[in-house]
Amino acid sequence: MAKAPDQNREASKADEHHTEAHHTPEGANDPEAERLKEAERFRDEIVTWLQERFGEAIIVEANVQKGMYLAPMLVIQSDMIAEVARFLKDDPRTRFDFLNDLHGIDMKETLDVFYFLQSFTTGRFLALKVKVNHASPHIPSVTPIWPSADWQEREAYDLLGIIFDGHPNLRRILLTDEWEGHPLRKDYVPYDEGV
Amino acid sequence: MIRTEEMLLNVGPQHPSTHGVFRLLVKLDGETIVDAIPMIGYLHRGTEKLAEDLTYTQIIPYTDRMDYLSAMIGNYSVVHAVETLMEITIPERAEYLRVIAMELNRIASHLVWFGTYLLDLGAITPFLYAFREREKILRLFAELSGARLTYNYMRIGGVKWDIPDEGWLDRLQAFVDAFEGALAEFHELVTGNEIVKARLKGVGAYDRETAIAYGLTGVNLRCTGVPYDVRKVKPYSIYDRFDFEVPTRTEGDLWARYELRMEEMNQSRRILKQALQQFPSKGPIVAKLPKLIRPPAGEAYVSVEMPRGEQGVYVYSEGKPQPYRLHFRRPSFVNLQILPKLLIGESVSNMVAILGGIDIVLGEVDG
Repeated sequence: MAKAPDQNREASKADEHHTEAHHTPEGANDPEAERLKEAERFRDEIVTWLQERFGEAIIVEANVQKGMYLAPMLVIQSDMIAEVARFLKDDPRTRFDFLNDLHGIDMKETLDVFYFLQSFTTGRFLALKVKVNHASPHIPSVTPIWPSADWQEREAYDLLGIIFDGHPNLRRILLTDEWEGHPLRKDYVPYDEGV
Repeated sequence: MIRTEEMLLNVGPQHPSTHGVFRLLVKLDGETIVDAIPMIGYLHRGTEKLAEDLTYTQIIPYTDRMDYLSAMIGNYSVVHAVETLMEITIPERAEYLRVIAMELNRIASHLVWFGTYLLDLGAITPFLYAFREREKILRLFAELSGARLTYNYMRIGGVKWDIPDEGWLDRLQAFVDAFEGALAEFHELVTGNEIVKARLKGVGAYDRETAIAYGLTGVNLRCTGVPYDVRKVKPYSIYDRFDFEVPTRTEGDLWARYELRMEEMNQSRRILKQALQQFPSKGPIVAKLPKLIRPPAGEAYVSVEMPRGEQGVYVYSEGKPQPYRLHFRRPSFVNLQILPKLLIGESVSNMVAILGGIDIVLGEVDG
């Protein structure tokens, strides 16, 4: 099972002796540590709000992503993504009105969908992830909530074969309609090996 | 008896006003557009698939070919994502060279937009003026990187080439000093023109909520009053050292977008001026790193401000020399979605003006 990698792990050996390690004392005045603490507080807050509304099981995993401007990343129960998205957009505490990015990743055991949300009201960022069953890759579409998801979901369908239920026009977008298979899947076999 | 019926009009993929290989199927009732179906993918090369088998450094030239009008910033976007994963400190001189390259490229890109957009509208002369200025930038780039369009200039940890000679900075300074005059010339030639105003004012307008819902970024968002610029909101490189503004308009029409792109060239000129003053006289241009870059296992999603909006780069690393998954959030691809909404109900004579106003590059739309 490919686990979400730990962002806080030590830098790999390759760049160990070239980059300066950020060894900072555990002081309250360290701005980086403060920001991390604040990010973790926001993550806990948003986890509480979602669990109050949808129950404990809604959150599969929650962490803070250093490589995403310290946004919390929540792994959400996949069949609930549309309800969660609606809540995150409409609730006055979150107001995530802007879907920045949506794309799929083939993790071999599951097909993952990544969402990056932003709010122009609160200025917050939030990353969401859902894990979709490879054998029957259906998840609810968020296009009715954020129209910007339209082509991005079509792209994820085209290249990874993820089926977004409730999408108004789920057709291939970059490849031709007759194309066989979904190229970004790890088990994809191209027509012509030489190309 | 006169019989009336709707007409289907096919535009592209080979049509100059689509600025590449974009196809649009328009349904017309008389001169009014009743439906518009965009069709894309004619330039899809599968960059994200190809990246699975490439090392991080090998991926950089592929970004040249996505938004080929701002290849420097495209280069930077992927380099920035890897550097975020690796937490590298970049040498000062490299940071300044990067900012200079990126802001010069932003001006060059907006100049292409300015010239070709007015061609779309039927004015031929401004194109010649715009390309005269752009040529000066391309010469500077050719001296710096060896290429006029696909620079492959950025490297993980810095840049590939130092300035060719001290005179390069002087030539850059001369360009920056003269560019204010060139902008004034553009304004005199075009901005005050009543025909241009009549064609653009009040056309293709949308409000703030629509822009946010459709995920628009860049000028397409800022023309509705949202001061969202990645350089300010998600600061990267050394942009926090420069004094520049994020111009906005509230009208949300083609004219607002025109004014903003013109003003952004002026802001880039301001950044270049300050970067030249602060430019370190010596120092390394790339951080010491192993030849084969292996970022630690992890995920990153970072953004840069392209001339067309926010380019996001998602990297999933397993600690190997190649990325497990690399995804580009291409601004033109997301921005183009709003096109049918803007076209329906419009007169067909405004179609080309509205498409050009979004400012797309097909290499980027199709990935």
